[in-house]
Amino acid sequence: MARVLLFGPLRDLAGWRERTIEAGSLSALKAAIAAEDAALAEALDGPGVQVALDQALVRGDPKLAAGSEVAFLPPMSGG
Amino acid sequence: MSITLTEEPFDAGALLSDFTRGRTETGAVATFTGIARAEQGSTATLELEAYPGFTEAEIGRIAEQARARFGLDDLLILHRVGEIAPGEPIVFVATAAGHRRAAFEACDFLMDYLKSKAPFWKKEHGPGGARWIEPTDADHADRARWEQETDR
Repeated sequence: MARVLLFGPLRDLAGWRERTIEAGSLSALKAAIAAEDAALAEALDGPGVQVALDQALVRGDPKLAAGSEVAFLPPMSGG
Repeated sequence: MSITLTEEPFDAGALLSDFTRGRTETGAVATFTGIARAEQGSTATLELEAYPGFTEAEIGRIAEQARARFGLDDLLILHRVGEIAPGEPIVFVATAAGHRRAAFEACDFLMDYLKSKAPFWKKEHGPGGARWIEPTDADHADRARWEQETDR
């Protein structure tokens, strides 16, 4: 089970901030999300969305372990 | 080096006094204070979201770059999260160096990073509803200036 975190506009679009989802890889996780919320799945692949696995930015299709924390980070803006 | 996220308003003057106190070799301290704008009434509050742990770690990485690149003695970054009213400070950056140029430039560098690359998400709430703010082209161009200066 991966702990999935959404930030910024992704959280508003999904209507949730945190969920646990059964998936063994990032692509499997996205497929599980797509099965119930196609609009969210599309947004997760949108421009500028980065993925952090256990608080480190990742690319590609990393494997997920039990208790992995996966965060979807839309374009950032502070200050 | 101090990097802090806070939900509370802060007093930039008091932070500067504390940051400056006891330094005998630092010749220059530069600071920047960012303040939430009302935008002629179109923004009632700002909502700032961070990713606790990750946000501090990412800012820390860039702060370490700034420290090494500009030869800083020290730096301090305080960034608000949560609800922020117009007129309240959002961010405070202080840099300490032997001489002014390094302190000014490091402060500028850190703010350009915070505006467009630091893990924060910013939402404006106003009478017309709410909208998420993304960095502007100018923000991206400001940050790109530092990547072009490869001969430093």
